[in-house]
Amino acid sequence: MKPKFAIETEDLTKRYNGLTAVDGLNLTVDHGEVFGLLGPNGAGKTTIISMLCTIINPSSGSATVNGFDILKQSGKVRRSIGIVFQDPSIDDRLTGRENLQLHACLYDMPSELTKKRIAEVLELVGLADRADYAMRTYSGGMRRRLELARGLLHRPSVLFLDEPTLGLDPQTREHLWEYIENLSLTSEITIILTTHYMEEADQLCQRIAIIDHGKINVIDTPANLKTALKGDVITVVTAQAKKLASRFAELKLDRHIDSSKDSIRLTVPNAEKLVPRLIKIATEIGVEVSSVSVHRPTLNDVFLHYTGRDIRADEAESQMRKFMMRRPSR
Amino acid sequence: MSDLRKIYGLWHREVLRYWREKSRILSSLILPLLWLVVFGSGLRGIELSGTINYQTYIFPGILGMTLLFTSVFSGVSVIWDREFGFLKEILVAPVSRTTIVIGKALGSGTSALIQGALLLPLSYLVGVHLPPISFVILLPIMVLISIGLVSVGLLIASLMTSMEGFNFIMSLVIMPMFFTSGALFPLTSAPAWLRDFSYVNPMTYGVDVLRWASFSGSATVLPVYIEFLILVLFAAAMIGACSYTFGRKK
Repeated sequence: MKPKFAIETEDLTKRYNGLTAVDGLNLTVDHGEVFGLLGPNGAGKTTIISMLCTIINPSSGSATVNGFDILKQSGKVRRSIGIVFQDPSIDDRLTGRENLQLHACLYDMPSELTKKRIAEVLELVGLADRADYAMRTYSGGMRRRLELARGLLHRPSVLFLDEPTLGLDPQTREHLWEYIENLSLTSEITIILTTHYMEEADQLCQRIAIIDHGKINVIDTPANLKTALKGDVITVVTAQAKKLASRFAELKLDRHIDSSKDSIRLTVPNAEKLVPRLIKIATEIGVEVSSVSVHRPTLNDVFLHYTGRDIRADEAESQMRKFMMRRPSR
Repeated sequence: MSDLRKIYGLWHREVLRYWREKSRILSSLILPLLWLVVFGSGLRGIELSGTINYQTYIFPGILGMTLLFTSVFSGVSVIWDREFGFLKEILVAPVSRTTIVIGKALGSGTSALIQGALLLPLSYLVGVHLPPISFVILLPIMVLISIGLVSVGLLIASLMTSMEGFNFIMSLVIMPMFFTSGALFPLTSAPAWLRDFSYVNPMTYGVDVLRWASFSGSATVLPVYIEFLILVLFAAAMIGACSYTFGRKK
């Protein structure tokens, strides 16, 4: 019998020397769902995944994956999940096929089945013609696709994708999204995806949990999250953002005003009509406005709304570059 | 049964990697040959009890040294697997830690076998003449020694965080194990304090058994079956110890 949820956590907590990485997480994920964990670097996404994959033990709380307890039945959890890690985890001295064969051995798949499945997953990610080349000759996108193929080889019922497109070029990223979308449409697999790319979560996920400082700020569908903001987003760019923002606050233009050093964001129902008034207010208090823009809310605005800061995508990119530069020194 | 397939997978990976790095195989043959040719010839005049020359005398010791260096290094190289992420794939699979360690140890044992099979005929070229029958006895002994040593390497790797500390391990663990093993000189002529070191060094019994096999039944420090027993127990204890420390959950 199928358990009620693909994943269920109860007060799941992880502490490292006084630092709380994951703080009392309560979460349920349905079968067949594509569920996104969205948050900046260091928000605790990878720690959550690591606990669910039984790589690390929680400090307190509990969780089940496919109905199996992550502490008491870790062997069964492991057999029923597939993982694509954030960092590369292939043996680049072996060929793509050899990596898959090793995986099949580790998951104790019968050898006749192995051959068939390897052909299948290679076809799925479009690497059939490169399977017998050493992984060293693969590009970053190809490695990622092979890792995806490997994660699917033993037909897991839950697939974890930890930042699956980190450090990939936009084109490869969109290809990978296609594979993931197809996978979700054509099979009953449950997918848990962590990302700090808003558009990735928006495109792929049926539900999203926004995570910051190890806690869930909100869980909903991308569409609901966006409509919940009630209106459009106005961005005002000015050198004196602080001064202008406090004036806006006095006039109670919006409950949520986010301001940084040189820009102000307001989420309002009738944005177009408000723009002339904003400029007038600015002129009255002698603040020069360099630009004003209005746009439909994106998930980035949602994120900002719930966490009060921008997701630090660029920071993660630069870390990834550093990592990639280290690779050839082997 | 299912564990056999997992062990096979891990073993196969080790062997593939070993076989693909031809330069590593070559370099692992050059060092022992250098020892035999240079060191062996240089000290040729040394008086040994018995009829064999010094070169032939140190040959089993050099075999032991080769096993020591390559096997410990092969164990320690798991640090690279960790650094480059591959270890995660193994650690998250439904595979017990003991299975992982055994797979790795057997893989390394196999490379020891290949190395031995290449080194033994080459020894003829540098003036070591062993009866061919001793080759047959030597190979399984080399595998046994290698399995214990690769586990030493794995144990070290689970305590080390990066490859930077390897020189330290080299001069603190590997070289002392080599020097006090009786690989280069008979322990009977060593001072008592050195002999004490030798007796607690498992490598001593490894070299002694290799020597026993090379010279078809030369005298050993302890009765040879006890030395075999020590080697087996050492390998088992090391596998047990690193199954415990290796990839422990945080």
